[in-house]
Amino acid sequence: MEHKCDRCEKPAQVHEVRIKNGKKHEIHLCPECAAAEGYGSTGAPTAPQFAKAIPVPAQAQRRRITSCSTCGLSIAKFRHHGVLGCPSCYQAFEKHLEPLIARAQGGATHHCGHIPERQEGHMDRQLQRSKLLKKLNEAIAAEQYERAAEIRDSLQGLGGSVLGGEE
Amino acid sequence: MVGPLDNDSWLGASGKDWDIVLSSRVRLARNVAGVPFVGMASDPDRNEVVGMVRRIPMFAGNDADLTWHEMENMADRDRRMLVERHLISHQFADATFPRGVAISKDQRLSVMVNEEDHLRIQTLAPGLALREAFQRVSEVRDEFESSIEFAFSPRWGFLTACPTNVGCGIRFSVMLHLPAIRITEELGRVRQAAKDLDLAVRGYHGEGSESVGDFFQISNQITLGTSEDDLLEEFLGAVVPRLVEYERHARTVLQEKKRVMLEDFVHRAHGTLLSARLLGIDEAIKLLSRLRIGRALEVVGSPDLSVIHRLLLNVQPAHLCALSGTSMEEGEETLAARAEMVRNALG
Repeated sequence: MEHKCDRCEKPAQVHEVRIKNGKKHEIHLCPECAAAEGYGSTGAPTAPQFAKAIPVPAQAQRRRITSCSTCGLSIAKFRHHGVLGCPSCYQAFEKHLEPLIARAQGGATHHCGHIPERQEGHMDRQLQRSKLLKKLNEAIAAEQYERAAEIRDSLQGLGGSVLGGEE
Repeated sequence: MVGPLDNDSWLGASGKDWDIVLSSRVRLARNVAGVPFVGMASDPDRNEVVGMVRRIPMFAGNDADLTWHEMENMADRDRRMLVERHLISHQFADATFPRGVAISKDQRLSVMVNEEDHLRIQTLAPGLALREAFQRVSEVRDEFESSIEFAFSPRWGFLTACPTNVGCGIRFSVMLHLPAIRITEELGRVRQAAKDLDLAVRGYHGEGSESVGDFFQISNQITLGTSEDDLLEEFLGAVVPRLVEYERHARTVLQEKKRVMLEDFVHRAHGTLLSARLLGIDEAIKLLSRLRIGRALEVVGSPDLSVIHRLLLNVQPAHLCALSGTSMEEGEETLAARAEMVRNALG
C-alpha cells in the first residue's frame, strides 16, 4: 500500500515504525519533509528543524480516530459497553474520553494520587523533558543556536527522541 | 473447598458508630501494562496475568498469608459463599474464563484476578475501620507493584477497563444499617445527600443489588484529581458522619415519638424469628435487620450483635447449604432449615 506523507500528502518515501508499550506507531514522510524532520541526515537535526518539529501535532490527533490500533476496539463498541479494550485505548480515544471522564469525575482531568515507584523516575523524566523543550523553544526564538544544541544534547541524554515521545 | 468462617472478629462490629456501620471496605483496581483489559483479552492473556500474580513473593512458602483459589475448579456453592462474604463479586463468580482469587487467612483480604480489571485488591474490616483497611490495601499494593508493572499514565493515573474508575482506581465503602431512616420515610434525604456528595448507593450485595433489610453500601465515585489520602479523609470526615447523623436523628425520633411502634416491630420480628417454621431469605434478612436496631436501641436485651451478624451471613443460600446440607434453591426444605437454624441461634 502506498502511503502519503504525514505532513504534506505527497507520496511518502521515508517510513518508520515505532513500537512503544506494545503499540505500533507508523511515520511516513516525503523526502522534503523527512529532511526537515532530520531523517536521513547524518548529523543531528538543526535548531530550526527542531522548531518545526516540536509544534507539529501527532498524526493521531489530527485524524479522526474510530478504533484503537492496539486492540481494535471501536469507539462505537466502547460507547455500547462502556468498557475499554486495553491501556492504549486511553491514548487512542483521548478526545472522546476527556469530556466523559471530566463529567464522571467532578471536572477532574488529571491524576493527583499515588504513583507507582517504577513510574516515579519516568514522571521525573517527563517533567525534565517538558522543561527542556520549553527552554529549547526559547533558545531557538532568541536565535541562540549554540545553547539550543546544548539543550538538544541534554534532551537526547534523557533517552527519548527529540521529536517527541520515547523510543 | 471454601472453609467455614470461624473468625468472629470478621463479624463483630465495634468502635465508633458500631450500631450503624457494619463494615468497611477499600478496593483497588489495577491492570497489567501491555496486556489487553480482561474483556478484550484472550485466554492466554488471562492465564499470563494469573501466572504473574502467582509468582509474586506473597504467595510463596508454606506460611504464605494468601491462599489461591482457581475459580474454574471451584464448586458453585463455594463460589456463592465467597460472594455472600463479599470476597468476590457476582460477575466474577459467574464468569467462564480463566480467573482466580487469593484470600488471606483472616478472610479480610482478597485479590480477584481477571474480574473487570486484571486485579481487584480489597480489604474488609468490621465496623468503621477505613484507615486500617486502607493501610493494609496499600501494603499489598506495594508488594504487587514491586513485581508487576501496572498500566499507568501520568495524566490519567491507573488505567482501568471502565474509565469511571481511572486515576486512583480506589473505592472506599461502608456498609450502613439505616432502618430508622426507612421507617421515618427520610430515605429521600439520604439519596439526595449521596447525589450531592458524588456517592454510589448500592444494596447488600453490591452493584446492581437491591437493598434488603435496610443495609446500604455507600462508596465514593470520584477517583481522579484527588489523592487517596484526601479521598479517605473526605469520606471518613464528611460523608460517613453525615449519613450516620441522619440515621441517628431518625433513631432518636423513633425512640422519643414512636416508641410503641418501635417496640412493636422489634418484638414482632424477634417473635417471628423465634417461632417461624419456614423462613425465606428476604424475610429473614428483614427480620434480622429489625432485631438489630432493637438490640442497638436496647428494646431487647439479647442476643449479642455478633449472633445477629453471624445469622445475617449464615441464612444466605450458599452458607445455609454448607451448614444444613440443603439445596441453594428456595424450596420448602431450605426455608425450614433456615427457620430451624435461626431458632437454634436465638433460642
